[in-house]
Amino acid sequence: MIMINQLETPLYESIAAKFEIASLQSSSEALQALRREAFNIFKTLGFPSIRNEEWKYTNILPFLKEDYELDVIPQELTPEEFGKTAALVAHHLEELQQSLKGEQKGAYRLVTVNGKINAELSVLPAPELLRILPFAQAEQEPAFLANFGKIATLKDNALVALNTALYNDGLYIEAPKGSVLDKPLHLVNVLLAGGPVFVQPRHLVVIQPNASVEIIETTISDDAGHALFVNGVTEIAVGENAHFHHYDIQTGRKGMRFVQRVEATQQKHSNYSNYTFTLPGTDLVRNNLVLHLNAPELESHLYGLYLSADRQLVDNHTEVHHKYPHGESNQLYKGVLLDQSKAVFNGKIYVYQDAQKTNAFQQSNNILFSEKASVNAKPQLEIFADDVKCSHGTTIGQINKDALFYLQTRGIGEQRARNMMVNAFAFDVTEKVKIPALRTYLEKLIAAKMDNA
Amino acid sequence: MLSIKNLHAGVEEKEILKGLNLEVKPGEVHAIMGPNGAGKSSLASVLSGRPNYEVTQGSVTLDGKDLLDMSPEDRAREGVFLAFQYPIEIPGVSNINFLKTALNEIRTYKGLEPLSAKEFLALSKEKQKLVEFDAKLVNRSLNEGFSGGEKKRNEIFQLAMLEPKLSILDETDSGLDIDALRIVSRGVNKLRSDKNAFIIITHYQRLLDYIVPDFVHVLSDGKIVKTGDKNLALELEEKGYDWIREEAIH
Ligand SMILES: Nc1ncnc2c1ncn2[C@@H]1O[C@H](COP(=O)(O)OP(=O)(O)OP(=O)(O)O)[C@@H](O)[C@H]1O
Ligand SMILES: [Mg+2]
Repeated sequence: MIMINQLETPLYESIAAKFEIASLQSSSEALQALRREAFNIFKTLGFPSIRNEEWKYTNILPFLKEDYELDVIPQELTPEEFGKTAALVAHHLEELQQSLKGEQKGAYRLVTVNGKINAELSVLPAPELLRILPFAQAEQEPAFLANFGKIATLKDNALVALNTALYNDGLYIEAPKGSVLDKPLHLVNVLLAGGPVFVQPRHLVVIQPNASVEIIETTISDDAGHALFVNGVTEIAVGENAHFHHYDIQTGRKGMRFVQRVEATQQKHSNYSNYTFTLPGTDLVRNNLVLHLNAPELESHLYGLYLSADRQLVDNHTEVHHKYPHGESNQLYKGVLLDQSKAVFNGKIYVYQDAQKTNAFQQSNNILFSEKASVNAKPQLEIFADDVKCSHGTTIGQINKDALFYLQTRGIGEQRARNMMVNAFAFDVTEKVKIPALRTYLEKLIAAKMDNA
Repeated sequence: MLSIKNLHAGVEEKEILKGLNLEVKPGEVHAIMGPNGAGKSSLASVLSGRPNYEVTQGSVTLDGKDLLDMSPEDRAREGVFLAFQYPIEIPGVSNINFLKTALNEIRTYKGLEPLSAKEFLALSKEKQKLVEFDAKLVNRSLNEGFSGGEKKRNEIFQLAMLEPKLSILDETDSGLDIDALRIVSRGVNKLRSDKNAFIIITHYQRLLDYIVPDFVHVLSDGKIVKTGDKNLALELEEKGYDWIREEAIH
């Protein structure tokens, strides 16, 4: 049905061809079987269209028409590619450092180029603190065997299936039991594209019991302007009493399309906090963030801030599965929409029958700065336990004109006044950022975008 | 300083100000009284540039410059200050950062160096004392959760910080307790000089015992229908507005 059309796209043809090669890549029979299973799921489902309820407002099909190249992980960077990457990273760090000045305690740095670790550009923590390996070297690790492919949901998820069938290499990060990473790890994902490229990064992050880690992800790419489709999957296992603060800073350029699924499992007394910041630039961002609270007495925080512009589409889908008693989840998503941009927020909270005394909170607030901007925000609560506290709220509004006028009557220029109000609106989320330098950087990114608005 | 000539203005299709004239000279204090709905706040809105008001006739100049042509921020930078009848709450904007931004934007407009953090702090301390403004409120979000009286006092604190040429106080006395009224009045009196001027909109003669006006105007149905000295306020307190309306008709 849907497949008929898709089969005719050049992308679909190369996917089929690629699978033959990819299936030979995994060392173990189990991984090969997983790839086959995933590929069959993808073949059955095809790329999601807007007829799929989960993708109702986000049509990715028009973004798949390019003649994407699928296999783009260079074995070795050529000197030219290396030079380019080094320059991109240096420039990116300089931008970040501007705001880190004075208060920077520094960060470890892990640079990947189209998913492959570049040791030369990285500054890694000692392995006692954090182990970082390419999948090729991690496949026999106990925590890899225990978690890989077991967290991300394949069923009904064509894109996870596609990633699982075809991923090239991946990044395995493991915080050993009891380790406390003294500085955040800055993960710089560099995307190089000599032409239209479809990349499928894959990460597995395992935080062992009592360990504590902060990771900041940023993505940079060359500005050649080629179409770049990212279909990423990150699996996360947060062990007992472990803490993981996960920052995802999504900037980009025209031609970049970014779809990812971040799926995590949590154990007792753990804390997983996700901070997703999306800024103008990319054509499309779709974040699927799914948490499985697989034990009692734990907490999860999901903070999102999106500032969208031009014809950008920013879609955040979240799912929190409360399966055991005394779990606490807290979602706060805020959006500022400019121009003809669109945002989607869909937040699902499932409280299973056994999950008594659950505290689940969800809030989505949006301001439209333009009559042509629009938001679809939908909370979805399914509650099967009776003794729970759940709340949700959605607001969509315009900037408060009286407040703007008030600021202006004190001599503050209109543009500046707008910025102040956007910062004030975003403050509930930005204040949650625990790394001061990162917060400054984000506030500057927001101010810079608003100045050009 | 301020010259309003035959000002006609309204909202949407409704005319509210219907040929208003007023001259304010440096050093003067003008009180404007008048019945509810007469157009007092509308006058304040038009002077400060509220977007939904449309001026259909007349002129307003400040020291010879056409005020009506300016954006609200430029009017403020030229020295117009409005203490709002209903100050708005802006959660997430810190009172003190807001004031610093405002002060420095005004200074930049005037070609002055922005104040350093230290200078600003010193100035802020001095003015807090002058208007007896609670230091705890200074660091909160702008007016958020302030009581009615605290909001009014914040307006006067801002006025003290920004040192405008022309201050318009729209019912600043409403909602103030007796002590606050005295404090606010004392602050205003200290800020009075021969270089600045005040327009004080009020319903209560009591305020004018503290801030003694040079002129008292009655604004009714969009026009100034009577002007006198401070004794006019006493007379209004006693007799109400009806006799003036009748006088105006005859
Ligand atoms: N946005 C608006 N739309 C329509 N009418 C308005 C608007 N703002 C004010 N008015 C009307 O204009 C008239 C004058 O209002 P204004 O607030 O200036 O009166 P005022 O003299 O300040 O009254 P008060 O003493 O009650 O504060 C009133 O009839 C009011 O209803
Ligand atoms: Mg009024």
